[in-house]
Amino acid sequence: MRKLDFIDDASIRADIPDFAPGDTVKVHVRVVEGSRERVQVFQGAVLGRQGEGVRETFTVRKISFGTGVERTFPVHSPIIEKIEVVTRGDVRRAKLYYLRDRRGKAAKIKEKRV
Amino acid sequence: MAVTGLLGTKVGMTQVWDEDNRVVPVTVVEIGPNVVTQVRTPETDGYSAVQLGYGAIDPRKVTKPMAGHFGKAGVTPRRHVIEIRTEDATEVTPGDEFDVSLFEAGSEVDVTGITKGKGYSGVMKRHGFHGQRASHGAHKVHRAPGSIGACATPGRVFKGMKMAGRGGGQRQTTLNLAVERVDTENNVLLIKGAVPGNNGSVVFVRKAKKGGEGSQA
Repeated sequence: MRKLDFIDDASIRADIPDFAPGDTVKVHVRVVEGSRERVQVFQGAVLGRQGEGVRETFTVRKISFGTGVERTFPVHSPIIEKIEVVTRGDVRRAKLYYLRDRRGKAAKIKEKRV
Repeated sequence: MAVTGLLGTKVGMTQVWDEDNRVVPVTVVEIGPNVVTQVRTPETDGYSAVQLGYGAIDPRKVTKPMAGHFGKAGVTPRRHVIEIRTEDATEVTPGDEFDVSLFEAGSEVDVTGITKGKGYSGVMKRHGFHGQRASHGAHKVHRAPGSIGACATPGRVFKGMKMAGRGGGQRQTTLNLAVERVDTENNVLLIKGAVPGNNGSVVFVRKAKKGGEGSQA
């Protein structure tokens, strides 16, 4: 899709940090309620990244009150105020869908040793 | 307004974000300069129309009759020529150029193109038939059309019966597509949604004829 770069470049954000599947991230999401805008933090493990360029998305999974919640964001979406990487995970797969079948300690991701 | 549509090239599809931060799928249509090659008037031709030329062409490939036609208008030869019927064509003269600024963001357009060829395809792909059931005794007829007519009366299959065959590759007009953005710098139009044809094919974009904001009606 190189020939459309002249349009996509305007949407692509340079301020997105490097993060990979297995990392725990804090996604600061802008939420508009009526006329007010506030920032909500969605913290969880990155299950995977999908697509490339302006249409790339990533999925974050967290456990909220005992229930698994997954949210998929476009990487370059303007609703994301910022992404913070909390921990780097040591994983062997690009897509961590196996976490959906695991609970508690089994769902823990090893932290990457630096 | 004598000129209501222009020829362009479908570049491809991508996505942009609108002011409410929603993703909008868009087709990028490049509209280079369209030049008026002839003006038809009721006195000389019996009707009013504007003829537009678009796209570069190797001058050696232009036939003598066409070269003369472009020469009469005083323009360099163009690859594609189209005629737009209009009520009154007196305000344009041969050699006038039109570009993407003819359209405005937020208005609606109709896009005409040649759809992608599908080759020899069955009735489900070609005509949108529903096919038959997957189970409950269905055997080897899952994508078959079903009955194509009655028995001894009429004793034949009616002409024009929808059957398998060469699909796609037809002229198609998609109505009332919203213009998301007009980029005069790159001479491109960002049209919300899909547009008929392959990437790189020539499409005709005109202001919406039926309904919608900014329509001719």
